[in-house]
Amino acid sequence: MSSNAVSELGRREFTRWFWRQLTSMRTALLLLLLLAITAVPGSLYPQRGVDARAVESYFLDHPQLAPVLDNLGMFAVYSSPWFSAVYLLLMVSLIGCILPRSFVYLRAARARPPRAPRNFSRLPASASFETGASPDEVVAAARRALGRSRIDVVDRDGVQEVSAEKGFLREAGNLVFHISIVIVLIGVAVGTLFGYRGSVIVTDDGGQFANSLPQYDEFSSGTLFNTDDLPPFAFTLDQVTARFQPFGSPQAGAPREFRAKGTYTAKPGDTDKSFDITVNHPLQIGSTSVYLLGQGYAPVFKITDAQGDVVFNDAVPFLPADATYTSNGIIKVPDAQPEQLGFQGFFLPTAVTQDGKELSTSAHPAAANPLVGLNVWHGDLGIDDGQSQSVFILDKAKMQQYRDGDTAFRVSLQPGMTADLPDGGTIEFTELRQFARFQIGSAPLVKVPLFGIVAGLLGLMTSLTIKPRRTWIRTRRDGSRTVVDVAVLDRVPRDDLPADLDDFLERFKDALGETEERTA
Amino acid sequence: MTLESYAQLSNYAVASATGILALAFVAYVAQWGFARNVASDRELVNAGSVDAPSTGTTPVERSNMAGGIGLSLTTLAAVVLLAGVASRGLAAERVPWGNMYEFGCAATLAALTAYLVLVRVWEIDWVGPIITGFGTVVLGASATVYVPAGPLVPALHSYWLVIHVLGAIISGSAFLVGAAASVLYLVKSRAERNTPEDQRVGFLWRIPASAKIDQVAYRVHAFAFPIWTFAALIAGPIWAQYAWGRYWGWDPKEVWAFITWVVYAGYLHARATAGWKGKAAAILALIGFATFVFNFVGVNLWVGGMHSYAK
Repeated sequence: MSSNAVSELGRREFTRWFWRQLTSMRTALLLLLLLAITAVPGSLYPQRGVDARAVESYFLDHPQLAPVLDNLGMFAVYSSPWFSAVYLLLMVSLIGCILPRSFVYLRAARARPPRAPRNFSRLPASASFETGASPDEVVAAARRALGRSRIDVVDRDGVQEVSAEKGFLREAGNLVFHISIVIVLIGVAVGTLFGYRGSVIVTDDGGQFANSLPQYDEFSSGTLFNTDDLPPFAFTLDQVTARFQPFGSPQAGAPREFRAKGTYTAKPGDTDKSFDITVNHPLQIGSTSVYLLGQGYAPVFKITDAQGDVVFNDAVPFLPADATYTSNGIIKVPDAQPEQLGFQGFFLPTAVTQDGKELSTSAHPAAANPLVGLNVWHGDLGIDDGQSQSVFILDKAKMQQYRDGDTAFRVSLQPGMTADLPDGGTIEFTELRQFARFQIGSAPLVKVPLFGIVAGLLGLMTSLTIKPRRTWIRTRRDGSRTVVDVAVLDRVPRDDLPADLDDFLERFKDALGETEERTA
Repeated sequence: MTLESYAQLSNYAVASATGILALAFVAYVAQWGFARNVASDRELVNAGSVDAPSTGTTPVERSNMAGGIGLSLTTLAAVVLLAGVASRGLAAERVPWGNMYEFGCAATLAALTAYLVLVRVWEIDWVGPIITGFGTVVLGASATVYVPAGPLVPALHSYWLVIHVLGAIISGSAFLVGAAASVLYLVKSRAERNTPEDQRVGFLWRIPASAKIDQVAYRVHAFAFPIWTFAALIAGPIWAQYAWGRYWGWDPKEVWAFITWVVYAGYLHARATAGWKGKAAAILALIGFATFVFNFVGVNLWVGGMHSYAK
């Protein structure tokens, strides 16, 4: 035998061994537990797909650690190679388990109940009794008592043998459950590959959104989704309503109602239709759904530069940072002359000054006493080189902060107020509007995973409740009487078999109409 | 009654139920304590007969009496807690499981109910100390995240709140009973291996054999697992699709619900796998329950995410 053949054999042996290992229950169990463990980091570290901003701020807070974690895939756990490896192995193991078992089941489902074993007393539960009924009557009674089992009767030299088997649906349920998991995962994969999802912030001063890629703040789509195929709807946001539990009542400040109203067109040229989106009631446009995911305040600023030109006049979303809607925001004024201006600051919907403290805090999320505080930078915003930049981050690398003696220069404004800027310009807080954060997306075939998981649940319940059982009954004549031997065997071991046997004997004897009995 | 008086009634009832449940726990501990030196072959069941009224003279009778008191107090605690949970719902004019405090109370009520029903069906009085002890801790801890009764945040304005959270409550209460049985299974099976026949004294030898306990644990888990599947992997995703535009988004609560599901799936498989059935399976059941509790406590208070309705 050449060495080539040896290694060929060895490889085949190894493949077979590996396949057997992979599809063994023990491996499946370990992979299941490994899957649970590998899922944990995704709940402890911010995830890009869930909250990209949280990942950015993690990088700012842990500049040394974050890149290391990033290399390990900790910010995208559920698409990381190691998480994928575990669930793909689990899938292979699962399929490798399901397929052979399905063939075994198909054969078993057509098979007749196995012949009665010679010695009933070796089975986990058995009993005997005598009756005055004839063997034929016993067999007839056994059929009635066995109900919907699959039953074979054999007559061997006057000895009647009844073999019965029931509970085939247990394994069917089991297989359905495991196949359903595969269906769910396929459905999820298809939805991800062909779906898209994005989020956008729109202000309610008539802010507009047209469904195209550049309009999104965040956008992700499946590899098989073509962004040119985004359905061409558009909408205009007219009003955002946010109601909170009033001050002084129980749970003061807790949100009560969020609502976004406006008009939309399904495609260019269509007539306007009005929409009214609340949290659990998205707007459905064709296959796309528009969800209200969050909202906040958007103060409108009018800024003039040193030359007196109005260089900015727009609503600026301030992102809420806590439950009182203390919010943070950025204003970039690239058109200001002679230098570009940048503002960074906070917004307080209900500003209160606690005694002794210089800074105000927000006491309630409703806009009862709105106040904006801004620090001002001048210089180069760094947006002219064409690089896209987050509207929520001010790049201060080429900017200088205006100072007021030892402290930073700060403007504090309430609606209607105007402040002078150090360079001679002005900033006016003209009015307070609100913004809504929408999630827009479509996941095709969303019903497939739903169907899969529902079928899986039904299969699971079937496999957990149905008891597969074999029952054998043998009759022999003893003078004028008939001795009946009964034995039962469960395909899954259960330790209440004796009690179940007693129940069966009772039904059996009822069916026999037999009152007189002697149990051996 | 006004909404405020319902709210007040609820607070008193929950506080009273906590106290009563703590006493039930003490009684159950006494049941075990009184029988600590009693050999396993001593008859325990003469307490109910007319000839030998329970006078509390022998250790066995005292143990019996304490057990009876424990069961009565647990029943009373459940009734009072039911009043507390129901009046909370009346005060808030909605289902009483809209935040962490309310979930704690409702889940404890469900666990006590499950326990009392199973005491009738399978005579599982022996998990009483664990159920009442754990229930007392949950009710006491819930008080630390108390919020006054009030309407819901907009995200919870959906009938799925009834279905999704009720499923979590029911399966969670069954998981607790299963975990309690699994603890006793581990203790008892270890004792069965290590304790010689003649040294078998104490209440541990008056509870069913480890095989029987294991069977109770399995049945409870086999009941809970499909309900958990429904609550976490069907009702949750459907609601998430309506509310957030995605049926699954790896929100921390979803991650841990998934982990719980995977671990309990592991438990069901382990029971059918050589080398895993018994001890390893029971430990998996306990890990599963630990992940459930962490999802409730840890994720709500320390991790955050879109499911944060603690306050």
